[in-house]
Amino acid sequence: MADLTLATLAAQVFTGLVLGMILVLLAIGLSLIFGLMTVVNFAHGSLYMLGAYFGFFLVAYTKSFWLALVVAPMLVGVFGLLVERFLVRRLYGRSIDDPLLLTFGLSLVLVEAVRLVWGKIGLTLDPPPALAGVVNLGFTYFPLYRLFVIGVTVVVLVALLLFLEKTNVGLIIRAGSRDPVMVRALGFDLGRVWLLVFGIGTALAGLAGILAGPMRGVYAEMGVTIVIESFVVVVVGGMGSLPGAIVAGLVIGQVVSLTTLFAPKFAEIMVFIVMALVLLVRPSGLFGEAGLME
Amino acid sequence: MHRRSFLVTGTAAAAGLAFPAVLRAQGGDAIKIGFPGPTTGPFGALAKDQQQGAVVAMEEINAKGGVLGRKLEVLFRDDQLKPAVGAQRTKELIENEKCEFIVGGLAAHVQMAINEQTKKAGKLFISVSQSDEISAKPDAGPLTFHEALNPTITGRAVAAWIAQNLGKKWWIVYADYAWGKQNNAVFSEVVKKQGGTVLGATPYPLGNAEFSAHLPKIVAAKPEVLIAVTPGADDIAFLKQAASFGLKKEMKIAQPLHWLPYLKEGGPDLYADIYAGINFSWQLEDSIPEAKNYVSLYRKKYNEPPGDYGAYAYSAIHEVARGIALAKAVNSDAVAAALIANPAYNHYKGKQWWRACDRKSFQDLWIVKGRDRSKMKGEWDFLDIVQKVAASEELDRTCKEKGFA
Repeated sequence: MADLTLATLAAQVFTGLVLGMILVLLAIGLSLIFGLMTVVNFAHGSLYMLGAYFGFFLVAYTKSFWLALVVAPMLVGVFGLLVERFLVRRLYGRSIDDPLLLTFGLSLVLVEAVRLVWGKIGLTLDPPPALAGVVNLGFTYFPLYRLFVIGVTVVVLVALLLFLEKTNVGLIIRAGSRDPVMVRALGFDLGRVWLLVFGIGTALAGLAGILAGPMRGVYAEMGVTIVIESFVVVVVGGMGSLPGAIVAGLVIGQVVSLTTLFAPKFAEIMVFIVMALVLLVRPSGLFGEAGLME
Repeated sequence: MHRRSFLVTGTAAAAGLAFPAVLRAQGGDAIKIGFPGPTTGPFGALAKDQQQGAVVAMEEINAKGGVLGRKLEVLFRDDQLKPAVGAQRTKELIENEKCEFIVGGLAAHVQMAINEQTKKAGKLFISVSQSDEISAKPDAGPLTFHEALNPTITGRAVAAWIAQNLGKKWWIVYADYAWGKQNNAVFSEVVKKQGGTVLGATPYPLGNAEFSAHLPKIVAAKPEVLIAVTPGADDIAFLKQAASFGLKKEMKIAQPLHWLPYLKEGGPDLYADIYAGINFSWQLEDSIPEAKNYVSLYRKKYNEPPGDYGAYAYSAIHEVARGIALAKAVNSDAVAAALIANPAYNHYKGKQWWRACDRKSFQDLWIVKGRDRSKMKGEWDFLDIVQKVAASEELDRTCKEKGFA
């Protein structure tokens, strides 16, 4: 690149930040669920897709993107509650493969169901008029909507961390992921905590979906590749680690963005190369604790 | 009535109620045409248009009594845009369903896999989607026909027009698979011949929906024209993101092709002022009688005008029927020989013909431009037809260049 300027590079980093934000939202949910329940939720990509579809129809019927932005993740969260209560719950205490197979199967069912109900052809979701413009950042023009995505993600992450660190429920969740037997012995009903965490994790996937919809379109297969990237983020960050998911999500976003700038052919594969390198140096990921997978 | 016979007749009756069209088509001894296509995935909307075009042709032919007194039956299968699945579905269509002819295959790389199977089985295959290799050695077999345009023809026609009318400093973004790479090659070659330059060319994986990381360096490079080789659903994602980053104001955007299903999905604001080539647009019904016939049959059945790629499928099914009628035999070799011996045909947009050496169909194409919303007459009126490019064998590589002596 002969004409690579600082402005282009800055624009590229900013673009990568948005890619990272969506990954962080997905990875946080995955990591929460894994950290507490050691459930590898393969249906996460399909829940992301459901969030976008719910968002599309809420916008279509209520004409309000803002309402949809709040309600669509809640609907996905409620769906997540049902999945935990009636499907995943039956498999606790079994090997880690069983819930993995269950959620993998569920992801296939959801994609087919969406194709049956809403058709095989994708839908277009537009950002709300208030966010449709372009902003001059000084070094580049940037879509307002993408800045909004960064803002929403930051707000949600701060709220989530405050919830986990400052509230009693958060304390129980954190304790439950360290030592579930002891938490039970102290008289807490972990079943309800699991339900809640599964709901929060899936709602975050739904939020990522409706946020991504106006950028990438809404289609049944939209979760298929991003769930793999999200797992890469979780693995790089350390299974079950929330700071790990945030840092790794932002790192992977930059990896994709900067590889696209310098060597676009390798943008896809580079994600996996980075994962392999991290695992060579730190087998449990950047912030992971050893032994969780056993 | 015994329980068993009750079940048998009951099920048959229920099936008859549920699938009357299928039963009727199978009654007698229908001539089966297998049709694999990616009905799921990013090309789903195009595959649907192709299936509908094929159904319109089938029903039109059957309404006139079929071919050689037999009805046609087209069997559709989903190849999921994957070469391995396309090969498997084709093999099943030939071996289990006893299809003598295969039409279909919507992606350049999947049609290669379909073609391998039809070559192995000795069956006639009419490809209805773009590819340079499908009508060249070593891929083209003696029974491989290519109804669609290809990147060389489209590229030479469209790229030359863009270079002469929109500007000569280009950036190319292309899907990193057969059709995208072929387009990148042809467009680059043509603009250089026209005295222009390609400032940069960026590949991306087909089926991708996130292009933002490609955009800053395109903005920085300041090309006059951005060539977006972004097929199927990728197109809408790409154009939306390009517009949201302000590219539409900074440069002209042009593409090898427009597709009606994606014009509809993306809407006129997305496509306004974007130039491309096209093999067919329904507005041609005003000037071409065959187009009027196709458009009105399609409208009657589906309540919307036909798209461009569906027309390829419509024409290809008609060609199979024409070949069978000419050969007076339901046999791939005989039909292929009959079509080559009688190469000229005209099913939907004016005269086309098969070139004997590579069994490539030559046909007119058009340069079009996304119409401004305020000028649209009706919800499907997305395109201004800018110019017709008449069918010419000179737009394609020669028989010799394609490996045929």
